[in-house]
Amino acid sequence: MNLFEFKMPEHFIIWNDPLIKGAWVSIILATLGIVFVLTYFKKWKWLWDEWLTTVDHKKIGIMYIIASLLMLFRGGADALLMRTQLAFPDMKFLNAQHYNEIFTTHGTLMILFMAMPFIIGMMNIAIPLQLGTRDVAFPYLNAMSFWLFFFGAMLFNISFVIGGSPDAGWTSYTPLAGSEYDPGPGQNYYLLALQIAGIGTLMTGVNFLVTIVKMRAPGMTLMRMPMFAWSTLITSVIIIFAFPVLTVALALMTFDRLFGTHFFTISGDGSPMMWANLFWVWGHPEVYIVILPAFGIFSEIISTFARKRLFGYNAMVYSMVAISALSFIVWLHHFFTMGNTPAINSFFSVSTMAIAIPTGVKLFNWLFTLYKGRIELKAPMLWAMGFIPTFLIGGVTGVMLALAPADYQYHNSYFLVSHFHYVLIGGTVFGMLAGMYYWWPKMFGHMLDERMGKWAFWLFTIGFNVCFFPQYPLGLMGMTRRMYTYPEGLGWDGLNLLSTIGAFMMGVGFLIIAYSIYWSARYGERDTTGDPWNGRTLEWATTSPAPVYNFAHIPKVEGQDAFWLMKQKRKKGKKEKTPELKRIHMPKDSGRPFVFSFFWFVAGFGFVFEWHLIGFAGLLGVLACMLLRSFEYDDHYYIEVDEIKRTEAAAGRL
Amino acid sequence: MVTLGKRLRRWLAFAGLTALLVMTGCSREQIPVLNPQGPVAQKQYDLIMWSIALMTIVIVAVFALFTYVLIKYRAKPENEGYNPPDQHGSRLLETIWTLIPVIIVIALAIPTVKVTYDLEKPPSQHKEPVTIKVTSANWKWIFRYPEEGISTVNYVNIPADVPVKFELDAVGPMNSFWVPELGGQEYTMPDMEMAMWLEADKPGTYTGRSASYSGEHFTHMTFNVNAQSEKDYEKWVNKVKKTAPKQSEAEFRKLLEPGRVPEMTFSSYPKNADEIEVEKNREDGLDRYENRQGGHHEHQEHTGHMNHEGHQSH
Amino acid sequence: MATQNNHASTPLEYSTEEGRLKIFGFWVFLGAEIVLFATLFATYLTYQHATAGGPTPQDLFVVKDFMIETLLLLASSFTCGLAIYEMRRGNQKALLLWYIVTLLLGAGFLYFEIHEFFMYVTEEGATMQTSAFLSSFFVLLGTHGAHVTLGIFWIILLLIQLQKRGITPVTSRKLFVAGLYWHFLDVVWIFIYTLVYLMGVAG
Repeated sequence: MNLFEFKMPEHFIIWNDPLIKGAWVSIILATLGIVFVLTYFKKWKWLWDEWLTTVDHKKIGIMYIIASLLMLFRGGADALLMRTQLAFPDMKFLNAQHYNEIFTTHGTLMILFMAMPFIIGMMNIAIPLQLGTRDVAFPYLNAMSFWLFFFGAMLFNISFVIGGSPDAGWTSYTPLAGSEYDPGPGQNYYLLALQIAGIGTLMTGVNFLVTIVKMRAPGMTLMRMPMFAWSTLITSVIIIFAFPVLTVALALMTFDRLFGTHFFTISGDGSPMMWANLFWVWGHPEVYIVILPAFGIFSEIISTFARKRLFGYNAMVYSMVAISALSFIVWLHHFFTMGNTPAINSFFSVSTMAIAIPTGVKLFNWLFTLYKGRIELKAPMLWAMGFIPTFLIGGVTGVMLALAPADYQYHNSYFLVSHFHYVLIGGTVFGMLAGMYYWWPKMFGHMLDERMGKWAFWLFTIGFNVCFFPQYPLGLMGMTRRMYTYPEGLGWDGLNLLSTIGAFMMGVGFLIIAYSIYWSARYGERDTTGDPWNGRTLEWATTSPAPVYNFAHIPKVEGQDAFWLMKQKRKKGKKEKTPELKRIHMPKDSGRPFVFSFFWFVAGFGFVFEWHLIGFAGLLGVLACMLLRSFEYDDHYYIEVDEIKRTEAAAGRL
Repeated sequence: MVTLGKRLRRWLAFAGLTALLVMTGCSREQIPVLNPQGPVAQKQYDLIMWSIALMTIVIVAVFALFTYVLIKYRAKPENEGYNPPDQHGSRLLETIWTLIPVIIVIALAIPTVKVTYDLEKPPSQHKEPVTIKVTSANWKWIFRYPEEGISTVNYVNIPADVPVKFELDAVGPMNSFWVPELGGQEYTMPDMEMAMWLEADKPGTYTGRSASYSGEHFTHMTFNVNAQSEKDYEKWVNKVKKTAPKQSEAEFRKLLEPGRVPEMTFSSYPKNADEIEVEKNREDGLDRYENRQGGHHEHQEHTGHMNHEGHQSH
Repeated sequence: MATQNNHASTPLEYSTEEGRLKIFGFWVFLGAEIVLFATLFATYLTYQHATAGGPTPQDLFVVKDFMIETLLLLASSFTCGLAIYEMRRGNQKALLLWYIVTLLLGAGFLYFEIHEFFMYVTEEGATMQTSAFLSSFFVLLGTHGAHVTLGIFWIILLLIQLQKRGITPVTSRKLFVAGLYWHFLDVVWIFIYTLVYLMGVAG
């Protein structure tokens, strides 16, 4: 390691492929466009004051969701490139190297930079409101979490135009991902971008755990919490236990690549299998980190749109706890085929199958929430109803994969590819889109267009099944994941073409959602009630969008579905006494989380190219920000009663 | 009871398979996982079919319930003003749907554990097994027949109706050795030898491929497994011994370098082949600065050279 | 601000909502730190015999050296406890004094640790690049050592704030949290002492 060495990689600026040239052009045009618009409309100050420095959980949530939609767009575009290449046998649309980079990017992006921020965005939007509190426990830390995610994502995303994308798969098994077989900066991008974003996620876990444990409105016992709050609490616990393992695993591989240690190399007696273990000790709980919040959202939505209390609340909670516990003892099923003893494979087979038990309980409880309800198929509910059959198919194929000897036949085949897309799209993506439609009025004060929502749902869902169902038989026909092409005559042609058609249908569905976001912002129905869905939980008790302090009075909770109970009481004509307004203590905005995370980005970029001087300079900037924070005492302000009265009056609530 | 259970399983398996074939419009031969040609694949096939059968029951039951509820309780103008009851849950019902999955899991777990242990043993006891060493090296399969002293590349011949013990090893990135018609896969891992049993019921050619991504040309890591009658196999071995060229140490080392090669046959392989493999693996990450400069260029040259060559010629 | 606590039952650092939240949050963060170190320990235990022909634990570890380190760190944990005790009594001078002693002991620990590493590298040629055992050894102990270093700088900053502002709900909360952190590092060291050094010399 030479601190002052600045070796340029062979290709610093990537300019060797028409697709990437196109990407360059669009990146430059988009950047110029954004700069122009911000300058022309004099919005720079607005951007800085309202967004880049905000510590308001609602705005942070919105930024998370916008970022994850952008990442969904990019990851989806990658998916369409891959499906185009696989549409016909012997296609020459992408070469092997390019294809390898794209599936690596697609996988990493979708899990870490789309699913994760999407669920964290939902938590930010909903949790403090559902708990009847004014913000998360640590708003400043929350802003740091977001900007760390954001700059981690940026670092990962620039890789394909500067220095080259990672190409060892999102699982990055060594020796393939080691410096010997993967010398370029691509893999460093993977390691450092994930590291930066991962630290942000860990902080989010701490933040939401403390928020939920300590900051619930008076009367809201744990067993009176909305189910989404429960799922967030459990997810936070999983994050706290799982993410440090990722931190360590990434750090060790970074040391291997940058400083010549021997954790995952054969030389020096290291072990490649250790990486597989560490990766999946994090990776499997990670799957539940992205699915449990979706379960929570579905519970809210199903109960709301069936106009019925959630069936078997306690069982729903216990089953999530059981799933979270099991999630830590099943990681080995990702490599049944690595020569484990039959005793080990048997244990992990059975523990994996056992997850079906609590999941089955949840499924039936949802069905019985619907039973005898009055089901309104509004857009959020459509996604929830699409979820049940889709996730069921994903779930039963998951059980099939859990059978170790059978897994020897499915492993790494398209059967597996289809399975995890069924659970991750059918579960997580459906869940997040459902939540997005559900909470959109709460975020922006207007509804997303219902008609376009239905079109998008049907196109996306049918497209999804057309895309992924054929992949189950393709797997049984011997098609393995990560193949960039296949010859004629294996009987794979028709199913692959079908799959590609389905993928493009999903793409159209996504575009409709994107357009409906634009359309609804301009012409969509406004929500003046704060409670457009006849909701049951506290987020609907305040205005849409909620004022910066969320609630003028902290609500009092008397049971599950707190807001529903309040409405019942009001219907019976009971008048609540409104206590006197008091000034509200709020955290000040700060630009430091943005700057702090930017320094992380600089450090990451330096280490990617092994320009250690820049790397350490970035870390120094990080420390400087922490030092300044330590000396900051004046980080709060008060919203005075007059201002609260004005805000409430404007919303028609006084 | 036992026979009834077995009959039920067979029947369900048959129904499931038919449904699958109808859905995909393929013949059974095109679905190797469902076309077992040996005792190992057969055991896995039985397990797969048993799980498909049970899962089909689950899917049918839940879909039926879901559809019923959705149609019956959908908001319609006729049920305007209907107020859903305030149900908290039902201990009885929840216990039932906890127990049903428990029973299903047990029904799957027992044969799973049994087969997991079974696959560790030779698939049939009646004949002396043959051992074949398999090495994956970027991006090719090297087979060595220690009992015969010969070696083949990118194809392997085995005697039919004889259990074959494949000893798996890798130089460089991991691959996964998968011949779906004969049985499930196992990884080839550097510096970690593992064994897998396979057996072909009858002579025939079965396609094998790598199921674990190992870099640029991984897609092309397919190979044929030619099962021959014992007589033909012996004939083939003798012919190879007489006519095929010997493999020098230099040639063997060259094979371990990244690149693609056609099918090859050798009447010998270096005695120290195992040691060479170990040595080669130990270079991984040993001195990364040197590797980065030297190794990288060599690798580029190799792949560029092999890029558009066919790999099926003998 | 009052240097004395009005409610005998609630310590000053717990007297505000913010203080309670941050202290609880820090406990949760330490939970994550436990997982982080547990992973490093697991890695070390996996690789403790993977010496690749290089030096083994028995070749390297010197009982006297790691005993000194252990004693210094344990003593610093004790003085850190005394500092918090004095903080609770509202005695700013003693609080400052005990924290300074803590930092000196911590710095002494670091000196001996760096010296130990330096000897390994120069005398035995045992570097992070030698073997998986040494990679995991240096990364585990290095992570702990980096935590101690960070802790020293952090507490210095807090002591400056203490001198400027006295014992307030905020400064007391910060010093209390730093104390938790310091004790945590001590606990980690006890595991290092047992699992790495004692098991290492025992073979």
